[in-house]
Amino acid sequence: MKRPTTFDVLQERGISRRDFLGFCALAATWMGLGPQGGAAIAHALETKPRIPVLWLHGLECTCCSESFLRSSHPQASDIVTSLVSLDYDDTIMAAAGDQAEAIVEEIIRDYRGSYILAVEGNIPLANDGMACIVGGRPFKHQFDDAARHAKAIIAWGTCASSGCVQAAKPNPTQATPVHKLIKNVPVINVPGCPPIAEVMTGVIAYILTYDRLPELDNQLRPKMFYSQRVHDKCYRRAHFDAGQFVERWDDEGARQGWCLYKMGCRGPTTYNACASMGWNDGVSFPIKSGHGCIGCSEEGFWDRGPFYERLPDMQQWGIESNADKVALAGAAALGAAIAVQSAATVVKRVVTGKAYDKDSDDSPTS
Amino acid sequence: MANGFVPYHRMPEHKLVPSVRVYGPGVRLWHWANATMVIVLCITGYFIGVPPPSILGDASSSYVMGWIRFLHLAAGYLFALLSVYRLWLVFTERGIAHHLYLPAIWRKAWSDGFFRQIRWNLLLDGPVRYVGLNPLANVAMFFMFLLPGLAVIITGFAMYAEVVGHDSWQYFWFGWVTHIFGNTLDLHIIHRLAMWVMVWFMMAHIYIAVREDILSRQTVISTMLSGERQFRD
Repeated sequence: MKRPTTFDVLQERGISRRDFLGFCALAATWMGLGPQGGAAIAHALETKPRIPVLWLHGLECTCCSESFLRSSHPQASDIVTSLVSLDYDDTIMAAAGDQAEAIVEEIIRDYRGSYILAVEGNIPLANDGMACIVGGRPFKHQFDDAARHAKAIIAWGTCASSGCVQAAKPNPTQATPVHKLIKNVPVINVPGCPPIAEVMTGVIAYILTYDRLPELDNQLRPKMFYSQRVHDKCYRRAHFDAGQFVERWDDEGARQGWCLYKMGCRGPTTYNACASMGWNDGVSFPIKSGHGCIGCSEEGFWDRGPFYERLPDMQQWGIESNADKVALAGAAALGAAIAVQSAATVVKRVVTGKAYDKDSDDSPTS
Repeated sequence: MANGFVPYHRMPEHKLVPSVRVYGPGVRLWHWANATMVIVLCITGYFIGVPPPSILGDASSSYVMGWIRFLHLAAGYLFALLSVYRLWLVFTERGIAHHLYLPAIWRKAWSDGFFRQIRWNLLLDGPVRYVGLNPLANVAMFFMFLLPGLAVIITGFAMYAEVVGHDSWQYFWFGWVTHIFGNTLDLHIIHRLAMWVMVWFMMAHIYIAVREDILSRQTVISTMLSGERQFRD
């Protein structure tokens, strides 16, 4: 049986070749592939059999799916849902119940070692995984079965990449990101809460086009989308360098669109493509809307509040303490010790006539 | 006085002893250049975390944060280079240059001297004269200057690697640090805390240097200028 290519499926759906090439060109631009990139993608989608994608939902909020479905190009939603043969996605598929669950088993059986597993959300391990039940059994079981025979695993969103809010301290359900449970299958982390839609489709298009995984950084993120900080590409960067900051939400700086650094913007420590690609067809991104970046694509961002302070709280030193407050307390204690010792020395000298008793000293015998 | 460079060698009491040359020109030069860099780094570093009030006017007409960051990065490079120079001096300059790196806490002289020094600081006993660093000062330098100094250099270059990108030599050598922490906001916090520890060290260091110079019958401050430690009775 010849497996249909992506283009075959698109034609069945009535998508014109013009729209198809338009998508390919756009995807090539997002990925920075150069002038020949669009043709390479088109060629791959026309000739290579469609790779089935199993899209599993663990402990998550479905914001990744919501983002994915809003991929910007007008025809992209059609193309994208056809591009990935979304054979199983319990949120958007028509099938339900036992029939739906049977699809997972079929794919694992028929496409062993050649399907892509996309995981949205993470895997709670506490209490035998009872915090997340899918199809009547713990999600961990479904995940293990599907992950074992996958060609590669895409960890959608910060949940699957590093835990996100459900892994916030003390992490009662022991929510665990995908890459910590997988040994023998390559994992791609696509963090963000949610990731940018075009980043998601771009990652899939890259895998289909080149039949390999994109180059990853040391946190398993695709370098093409996550190698620069939001701060590096921020259109308000000039105000940062000039020293012009929003000091309060209602001040002149806020109206002028100055840098949100003092309002706790996490742009300088957040690796994401928001500042260059934007959201919702490039319309805007948080900073452009006047709110600082909260660093949603970074590991542990949920435990590094408050989002409106530059220095995060250090809970190990008590509630609402930060590095500067701890330092100030230390300096005050040290200053007090210095003052007390100086005063005591002076008092002793005034009272006894000398600061120390030279004669009582224990002289070395050597 | 060859054995005078053994750590924590105490000078005899009630005796006029000749002065000892403890610091070579390299260590003295390093001390003051390093002190200058630390002050520049602390001030500019403080303002990078908590920037000064906003500058009014057009963004193209001012470059305040740009200059603060430039000063910080330039001084940071010099601080790192000076550290390498200081390490080199251990092997090339006679005297007590190596004491900073290795408090000899396994020696009996250290533990005896350490508690003796604490008693002196609690005004329970008189001061003691040492050729080199006293045992308390030595561990304070190790834990409040040397280790935080290492921490700011490593986290500093790791943060600089974020700025210059994944193809840089800074990323090649220090990129692993970002991998340990995941969220690089932690690097900023560690960097800042280490700075504050060094500020505490500065407070204690300057105070104790003045105090010992006055009370301990030996030169401390001028020793770092001339290299000679002179003793008074």
